[in-house]
Amino acid sequence: MISILILLFWTFFQIGLFGFGGGYAMLSMIQGEVVGHYHWMTTSQFTDIVAISQMTPGPIGINAATYVGYTSITGAGYAPAWGILGSAVATFAVVLPSFILMIVISRFLMAYKNHPTVEQVFTWLRPAVVGLLAAAALCLMTPENFSTPTECPWQFWVSVLIFLFALVSVTIYKMSPIRIILLCAVAGLLLM
Amino acid sequence: MWQLFSTFFRIGLFTIGGGYAMIPLIEAKVVDEKHWLSREDLLDLIAVAQSCPGIFAINISIFIGYKLRGMRGATLATLATALPSFLIILTIALCFTRFRDNIYVERAFRGIRPAVVALILAPVFKMGRMAKVNRHNIWIPIVATLLIWALGFSPIYVVLLAGIGGYVYGQVKDDKI
Repeated sequence: MISILILLFWTFFQIGLFGFGGGYAMLSMIQGEVVGHYHWMTTSQFTDIVAISQMTPGPIGINAATYVGYTSITGAGYAPAWGILGSAVATFAVVLPSFILMIVISRFLMAYKNHPTVEQVFTWLRPAVVGLLAAAALCLMTPENFSTPTECPWQFWVSVLIFLFALVSVTIYKMSPIRIILLCAVAGLLLM
Repeated sequence: MWQLFSTFFRIGLFTIGGGYAMIPLIEAKVVDEKHWLSREDLLDLIAVAQSCPGIFAINISIFIGYKLRGMRGATLATLATALPSFLIILTIALCFTRFRDNIYVERAFRGIRPAVVALILAPVFKMGRMAKVNRHNIWIPIVATLLIWALGFSPIYVVLLAGIGGYVYGQVKDDKI
């Protein structure tokens, strides 16, 4: 129990500290640690959290930390009350590095924001974050989320169609993510 | 202090779809309504908060809270921004574990999952343009993607490597000139 809480704290502290590039890029880190490394949840559970985060208010990073904190504790067989503690620990941990960094920056470093060293670090970091995002999407293209042509061809091809529909709707028609998720939920209910 | 809390609580409560959706709301509240900051100050804050790690909306709240009321202001603003999502997600987590095995919920989520993958993939190209990815540095996102996706590297190490790599490359390039 205590060991999971410590791991949660440490994991989300690192995610808060190295989470450059906003919510989606941070999702790739959360996925890497929580699904890939510690197996606190499955790929499809993780995808569900992203869907819920999209439909509820607030920053995605906070939403994910709260949810993962709860699920990792209750998933290990502890009571929901301990899950709430897990949520609080993960959320606190993901915010803490920002808190320290922002205060240090607003006191001392505002003058250095155009410093050449900072510029140099970001010349590779910015493009790398784009890769993080692409990897997050690729890592979610699994049989758990899409099924496979041999296992269940119907679910696989419907999933592929839903994927293409969502991609076109959001990039070309600028449809709101909430509406896309709701439409795809209806499609899932009717077709799967 | 109460105004600070209620303002950021509302900002946390009414933004759906992540940090950047918050900017217009923060601008309306903090600059136009409360006159806590000038528009130029806010733009500077946004630029710094974007290049810092962590949750964008939280970074902005800490900055503004600290500027107005020091440590206590920063703590209060952070708490206020995080609290709405924390409470909402906790409620959902408490209930969802019960519904998750329901056949209709499961079918709805089978439809939602592929859509979520598309929603994560969609901003890749827009972010690529913002990060000024061109034919000279396109290898960086490709290598980053492959390290994580094909070789199972942690994204944390990829970020560290990219930061160090950019710094070393910058130093070497400067030496040559």
